[in-house]
Amino acid sequence: MPGEVVVEANHLWKKFKRGEIFSSLRDLIPALVKRTVTREQAEKLQVREFWALKDVCFQVRRGEAFGIIGHNGAGKSTLLKHLSGIIQPTRGSLSVKGRLSALIEVGAGFHPDLTGRENIYLYGTILGMDREEIRRKFDAIVAFSELEDFIDTPVKRYSSGMFARLGFSVSAHVEPEVLIIDEVLSVGDYLFQRKGLEKMRQVMAGGATVLFVSHNLRAMTDLCQRAILMDHGQVLIEGTTAEVVRRYMDRSKEGPADTSAKEAYISRIKLYDDKGNDLQFEAGQEVTVEIDVTANQPCQRLAVVIECADDEQYDVFNTSTQRLGETPFNLEPGQTERVTFRLTLHLVPGTFHLGCYVYRYDIQKDYDTRTRAVTFYVTSRTDVRGAAHLEPRVLSQTRVAG
Amino acid sequence: MLKFLRDLRKYRDLLFMLTWRDIRIKYKQSIMGFMWALLMPMLIVAAGLIVKLGLAGVSGRGVQMSQLATVTLKALPWAFFVGAIRFATNSLTSNVNLVTKVAFPRAVFPLAATLSALFDFAIASVVVIVVLTIARVGFSVHLLWVPLLLALLFVQTAGFALLLSAANLFFRDVKYIVEVIMTFAIFFTPVFYEVELFGKWGQLLMLNPVAPILEGLNAAVVHHHAPDLKWTLYAAAWGLGLMTIGPMIFHRLEPQFAESI
Repeated sequence: MPGEVVVEANHLWKKFKRGEIFSSLRDLIPALVKRTVTREQAEKLQVREFWALKDVCFQVRRGEAFGIIGHNGAGKSTLLKHLSGIIQPTRGSLSVKGRLSALIEVGAGFHPDLTGRENIYLYGTILGMDREEIRRKFDAIVAFSELEDFIDTPVKRYSSGMFARLGFSVSAHVEPEVLIIDEVLSVGDYLFQRKGLEKMRQVMAGGATVLFVSHNLRAMTDLCQRAILMDHGQVLIEGTTAEVVRRYMDRSKEGPADTSAKEAYISRIKLYDDKGNDLQFEAGQEVTVEIDVTANQPCQRLAVVIECADDEQYDVFNTSTQRLGETPFNLEPGQTERVTFRLTLHLVPGTFHLGCYVYRYDIQKDYDTRTRAVTFYVTSRTDVRGAAHLEPRVLSQTRVAG
Repeated sequence: MLKFLRDLRKYRDLLFMLTWRDIRIKYKQSIMGFMWALLMPMLIVAAGLIVKLGLAGVSGRGVQMSQLATVTLKALPWAFFVGAIRFATNSLTSNVNLVTKVAFPRAVFPLAATLSALFDFAIASVVVIVVLTIARVGFSVHLLWVPLLLALLFVQTAGFALLLSAANLFFRDVKYIVEVIMTFAIFFTPVFYEVELFGKWGQLLMLNPVAPILEGLNAAVVHHHAPDLKWTLYAAAWGLGLMTIGPMIFHRLEPQFAESI
């Protein structure tokens, strides 16, 4: 059942100016007079102006988690600043119902000279809690940040991770009706990020509406049902998160640059499982990788190398047709060879990138390279971390002494 | 104006915490800590005393206890005014992070700056009371003027604080201009001297909106008579005007803050 619309953007336009706001006194005085005397703003673009948001429309209903995806500079943060009321649109309207809290930059309100304890109160009131409320939640905030021992140390002595953890802990306890999250889940170490994600789920379970901006696409697919893809200030598509994420990745992939100059190149890469999924897989399941190699010139003794790297660029796996015992193949101009691999994903939950090369071993020649050609996620029913999924089970747990 | 007061009510906890922060960081990592809040006014009074003694030495007249009381009584409110204006002018630009990242009425910044200066003034009042006791100025009904005059001073200061902080956000020139004016304003304000000294030209000095308040305080506390009504009304008009125009202009410009800072 769709709930009531709590956040609505109605044909939002926003104009920004490049460079200094006022370059000369001649610009300044008329602008100032206009600004103070009238409220109207010119609809046309002046020199050096550009649209940071162009006709942005969307609706978010109560209890929904809504993702905003896009490259840097696509207008995501500008949009969030409109939602939280920090800046006003040039044209169009925006409505947000209920208490709103924006986790835009954790710890923006911290003062380095004040202690952790003092900053919790300060930042808490900045985020809209009253002192009584903070007093009530104080212990929970400290416990969540795991900074009990440093709570009376000035935050300037904190590491950046500790700083971020404290900031996130305060923000996470605001209990808003509409929550805006911009990249804050990427703070702290892996364990803390996980804790943060869990806390977000709790907030959502409590009925809050969430707007989420992140480069962590996995967290996005996990948390949000619907999303929009933004590019150059416009909403490109709106749909289910999985759909939008796929479109985003299609766009961000490096296309096969100019293949005509190459003797042989990779003309197609496809990753899928037996059910037809191509984005999210369960740890331990089998997947198929198809790679097409096309030749422009006659080529001899080719092999295909595949590799898999995690989000930190760490190479978790690689192999090649030749190393697996296949005979190298030869190609005449215009011919295409298809190599099909079958892999078992003994991987821990996370984001991974599949890359491949066309290579000739005896003369060590690289024909074509496509790193991070396909991105996919792995999920797991068992809670495991690390580099490889060893499919653990607990056989027994018995007392042997005492 | 009404919306302004409603906002302040709603965000009073934030105003309190920001004021507290401003006070707290002022004395952080100094050996004397909060003692400075007492020491600074004592130094100001001492400086005033030296000026008085110097002037008396030159003119060959002695210094009376009541003159010491006068200097103390005027110098400390003046120090509040100068301190608050200086601090408030930079209050928006020194909180860039908050102005561009979190939404709440920005008026809390200049007001918190003014209130933290008021806190210092409250501590300094101890010095004033001690000096007044030593000087045996005594009591009279006219002391009832004091809260009114101080309220006027606060309202004027807050009004200026709102206007100057907003202006400084758009043009950083403002803080230099304020700095210059505040440095030289002591010569155009009856702090270390009396307006009567200038006879007919004294009226010109009274045009300075703070002057009638300082003169009024002196009249009520040291000389035990009511302040000049005409000039007190003049100061009140400034207060009222600033409190109307200040929030209005501030509110008008507020939507531009995050982009222009």
